[in-house]
Amino acid sequence: MKRIVIHEEYCIACRLCEVHCLVAHSSSRDIVKAYRHERDTIMSRVVVEESGPLSFAMQCRQCEDPRCLEACPSGAMHRDPRTGAITCDESRCVGCWMCIMVCPAGAVQQSTSGHRIASKCDLCQDADMPACVAHCPNEALTYEEVS
Amino acid sequence: MKITIVGNSAAAVGAIEAIRELDQEATIQVVTAEGPAIYSRPLISHYVGGEIDEGHLAYRPPTFYETHQVETLFDEVVTAIDAQAHTVATAKGRTLDYDKLLLAIGGSPIVPPMAGLDLAGVTTFATWADAAAIDHEIDAGHVSQAVVVGGGMIGIKATDALLKRGVQVTMVELAPRILIRALDELGAEMMTDLFERAGVRVLTENTVAEIIPDGERIGGVVLKDGQRLDCDLLVFGIGVRPNVALARDAGVKVDRGVVVDRAMRTSDPDIYAAGDVAEAYDLVVDLNRTVAIWPNAYRQGAIAGAQMVGQPRQDQGGIAMNAIEVAGVPCVAIGEGNAEGDGYTVMTRAQPERHQYRRLVLEGNRLVGVILVGNISRAGIYTGLIRHRVDVSAHRDSLLSDRLSLLSVPEDYRKHVVRGQGIEV
Amino acid sequence: MALSLSTAAFILERDQSQCIACQVCVRQCANDVHYYDEDDGVVRSNPAACVGCHRCVTLCPTQALVVRTNPLEFRPHANWTAATLQSIYKQAETGGMLLSGMGCDQPHRIYWDHMLLNASQVTNPSIDPLREPMELKTFLGARPDSLAFEADGDGEYDLRTELTPQLELDIPIMFSAMSYGSISYNACRSLARAAKQMGTYYNTGEGGLHPDLYEYGPVTIAQVASGRFGVHLDYLRTAAAIEIKIGQGAKPGIGGHLPGEKVTREVSRTRMIPEGTDALSPAPHHDIYSIEDLRQLIFALKEATHYRKPVSVKVAAVHNIAPIASGIVRAGADIVAIDGLRGGTGAAPTVIRNNVGIPIELALAAVDQRLREEGIRHRASIVAAGSIRNSADVVKAIALGADAVYVATSALVAMGCHLCQRCYTGKCNWGIATQDPYLTKRLNPNIGERRLTNLLRAWSLEIKEMMGGMGINAVESLRGNRDHLRGVGLNQVELDALGIRAAGT
Repeated sequence: MKRIVIHEEYCIACRLCEVHCLVAHSSSRDIVKAYRHERDTIMSRVVVEESGPLSFAMQCRQCEDPRCLEACPSGAMHRDPRTGAITCDESRCVGCWMCIMVCPAGAVQQSTSGHRIASKCDLCQDADMPACVAHCPNEALTYEEVS
Repeated sequence: MKITIVGNSAAAVGAIEAIRELDQEATIQVVTAEGPAIYSRPLISHYVGGEIDEGHLAYRPPTFYETHQVETLFDEVVTAIDAQAHTVATAKGRTLDYDKLLLAIGGSPIVPPMAGLDLAGVTTFATWADAAAIDHEIDAGHVSQAVVVGGGMIGIKATDALLKRGVQVTMVELAPRILIRALDELGAEMMTDLFERAGVRVLTENTVAEIIPDGERIGGVVLKDGQRLDCDLLVFGIGVRPNVALARDAGVKVDRGVVVDRAMRTSDPDIYAAGDVAEAYDLVVDLNRTVAIWPNAYRQGAIAGAQMVGQPRQDQGGIAMNAIEVAGVPCVAIGEGNAEGDGYTVMTRAQPERHQYRRLVLEGNRLVGVILVGNISRAGIYTGLIRHRVDVSAHRDSLLSDRLSLLSVPEDYRKHVVRGQGIEV
Repeated sequence: MALSLSTAAFILERDQSQCIACQVCVRQCANDVHYYDEDDGVVRSNPAACVGCHRCVTLCPTQALVVRTNPLEFRPHANWTAATLQSIYKQAETGGMLLSGMGCDQPHRIYWDHMLLNASQVTNPSIDPLREPMELKTFLGARPDSLAFEADGDGEYDLRTELTPQLELDIPIMFSAMSYGSISYNACRSLARAAKQMGTYYNTGEGGLHPDLYEYGPVTIAQVASGRFGVHLDYLRTAAAIEIKIGQGAKPGIGGHLPGEKVTREVSRTRMIPEGTDALSPAPHHDIYSIEDLRQLIFALKEATHYRKPVSVKVAAVHNIAPIASGIVRAGADIVAIDGLRGGTGAAPTVIRNNVGIPIELALAAVDQRLREEGIRHRASIVAAGSIRNSADVVKAIALGADAVYVATSALVAMGCHLCQRCYTGKCNWGIATQDPYLTKRLNPNIGERRLTNLLRAWSLEIKEMMGGMGINAVESLRGNRDHLRGVGLNQVELDALGIRAAGT
């Protein structure tokens, strides 16, 4: 299964990954419209962490042993049978925050959509590659087969 | 290879999913006292609270058994285990054989013996049936005042759910403060304040001594200190006791729970236990104890399942933890968040009037407990530090920050987390 | 504080209907041109510090930015141009020399653009490079006066003449000297990897060689310049060839200049100088005051490396380049590298960069001609440098007599350089001419290597096409073959200097 590999030595903290993740999860899928009309209710699932020149873009690590799946009492956190990606089924999520409490990478957030649900990277299942990887100008995020 | 699993909640599902990931041939049979629905007990508070409907209580779809090739026996209570013969007997007279047996039978709600427990409006807060009954009572207009016995996790969730339905609630807790096992004084104070602002009456160092009937229904209760409270709903949310009788009678070693090793094996090599019934290794306190939380149940079930089909998976250990929300304010308690005294270093940052609290407990160089009220963002980073026993002595200040991030942790550990399991860079 | 008379060189135009205030431009500009106004919730720009590097334009996700030269106009004056006035304003304010990065930007005649190539038709058919083999392989080094062979009795002949060491290039293009210090470690690494990938060489420049790049020793030309920065025995032994730098085209007559801001701990260790100090190379090598001294150094280096590596001597193209080159060849150099007027640099006084030296085309033609006349052309290879901008320049250079060319500016442009000419500030937004750790991350060597190899690959395809068109299938046949060139728009003196005929004749 392909996963996102993070190369902190090439991250330039431009945050274009955050911009494009946000757009990929908007309704309009249009960058100008998403920022003008949807900004308050959509969020990026990748967050750039920065301290001085050290920076890297952090999203769900798609753990082989996912703690979120183990802790989720509603079954919302599940492994997609087709792609193998760990995703949150937002229709089943009740916002109990167990996943936030157990994710060692802190990759799950409370959604700003107005619904009490958890939000995390879904590996952009409908696209050829995740939006953050596709738009990183310095290949600090790569999409690689990791068995 | 025939694997028999008694129970069909989190531990059973964990076991089944782990087995089928490794082995398509083994026969799996589930025997449960409940019906076919695989539902989530923690979600019943969301159901009672009106946030989700019954359909959303399902933890796995109805097709789960079929897709995982599991034979099932519902409404069957297992009454005895013959460890020598490798069989279990059921209440309906069946004898089922097994090569490996997993006890995933959970715990039962603690209810102090007293008269009146069979009156309408007196209930526990454990099962779908309990939740459906409460929901029905509220819908029928029978409930305006409720008393919840227990100020621990279960009592809190029951109270919050009833609050959302517009019921007036009095919460009664025997200890000097609510959530005494999870929170410290200041944390408990904040949560109590949130309840009180929402109109809940919180009574501590007290409990229900007597039930007063009103015909077939409950009319009120008398407390230990003599106070009389009117109520039309009494919810026992004191806690659960592991269902050890079955194992004990079969000669398997039990303590407060069924004792298991890191492979979830009991004293009998072919009998395993997982979930609320098990007394398994807790890596924070470094001894076995029963911590009845969902993540432990699922993980222990998965380890038992893997072991039963020959994969030598070991449990790293559980961590006591829970996440709740009262009046819209989230609260998370991980490990020994309320510890204090010799050997512990406690660091706090508090704004009680804004219901913001961060309490970190270190033992030597390692983090062993966390309490968060208000800002629970990325709390799992703490959990990871606790689980991996990371030396955080050089990072205490950054860990206490409201903007907790992976840059707040030691570099080696950060690289390990960022790399992700199994990815070599 | 007295009023500054300097005005912004560039202006920014931001299409506010496209701008989403994502602040990528704010984060990416090393000159802090863009800023976010919290109160109004918009991003604005202060163009005073803009150097026109286009970093913001390229990264903007909605293409909302355009950079234009400041349209501020003076009363028109053919002599006192805006640039001239602004230079004086600046010097009146600073009292210092004006510095520039990169090569001469003045409109001196570009002779490449006045030379046209031949193509074969009818009597001498052209060759199709997609269907027939094309040899771009080139050897650099001294050739013997004659070759002696010995029959071995089996009908085979063995070569008896001992050959001097040669560099073997798969293409006649090498990466020219760019020092670690003037450019970043990631840029050096990209060049080294690309050189290895394409079967050619890269040059360390005056900065020495970073220990992590020793693995690329076999594709490295180690430069020994007047400051002798980073020169020690391992450095010489690890490289494939050694180059004595007497001068460079961007600033003939003076030494290299690396401002102290760019001398970080790593740079200081590699160069063997104190951190934070300006690295000013002396104008001459203080042990080379005559051609005999040069000969002595050439042979000292050959001795130190057991005569196993070619020794190159690099000079700037100046007025009497022909006898200089002749002297260098006679002094024992295996390669003579000539760097013309338009050659680049990380830092040079602008007035020297623009006014000193001669174009490479003229120098190359003169040197090749002189060495042939003296009968010593075979004793050294000639490498031409100083603004080789495309594959046509490469072909023309070889036709004029070069064995190979050096490229540097083209390589930097391939990696992202936009020629803002501010390399000496150390704030290169593209991560190339900087040591700032925030900025050096911007050049990912994986990408740098890829872009460089793509450039060389593209040029080799074009070279093969041009050669095939001329009916040539090996670079050897193109070399010094001036009959393939014709001049346009050149006067007779220039045509004679280049040794070519006018088009139409």
